Amino acid sequence: MKFKKKTEISSEISTASMPDIIFMLLIFFMVTTVLRTEDGLRINLPTAQRIAQLKSKIHTSNIWISKDGFISIQDKIHQVEDVRWTIYEKRKVDAELTISLKADKEARMGQIVAVQNELRKADALRLNYSTLMAGD
Amino acid sequence: MKKRRFKGAAIQTSSMADIAFLLLIFFLVTTTIDMDKGLGIILPAEGEIFEMHQKNILNCLINSSGNVLLGDEPIEVKNISRFVKEKMAQNENLIVSVKSHAKTRYDDYIQVIDQLKMADAKISIAETG
Repeated sequence: MKFKKKTEISSEISTASMPDIIFMLLIFFMVTTVLRTEDGLRINLPTAQRIAQLKSKIHTSNIWISKDGFISIQDKIHQVEDVRWTIYEKRKVDAELTISLKADKEARMGQIVAVQNELRKADALRLNYSTLMAGD
Repeated sequence: MKKRRFKGAAIQTSSMADIAFLLLIFFLVTTTIDMDKGLGIILPAEGEIFEMHQKNILNCLINSSGNVLLGDEPIEVKNISRFVKEKMAQNENLIVSVKSHAKTRYDDYIQVIDQLKMADAKISIAETG
């Protein structure tokens, strides 16, 4: 009895589904990417209209002030008197340092002004009151 | 003459992967994580005292319940911009000195600063006593 040899099997990998695989990857990364938006305290930013965008992220340091008056810099709770030293260390290495003040709507000006006076002592004079666009 | 047989029109799919890659790279490159936005201000340096002519200073006081006193009279927050613009038309060296009570809400303060920014006024932050 004679057997017929199967020789017509092609050994190439089909590339027809390649785009689908890449699209799947694209969608996977799109869905799973979460932008890290919050690294400080839980706050509600105030809104304003005449706002400008900060120029560079590298030269910006954040100070968070919660409505209870807690101050956080780089995920550490600070006392008012300690702000000066932390910021001064930053100011020494970066002459173009801008401080982005992220304070809660309900924060009291007493605490804000205390922090501002600390910034003045640390010679970090460029300040930015972080706000949201009004109407968003 | 021989009739040409119709073989079926197929779209080339071999370059599809490249197109998808290009899209992926395009979006990777053009995506910028949104930057911080806010009201910029320059604080006065420590120990720096300016002698200002009294007539160039416009005092803006905010009390603990968010009421604003501009010059010598109380004013609605939304009218500050217009009022300061008028004042600046009369005196272009005008500096607005903002003072707030220790118990003033930050939001009220930001609204006032926003109004002053809208009038392109020179803002000076006075220390609260």
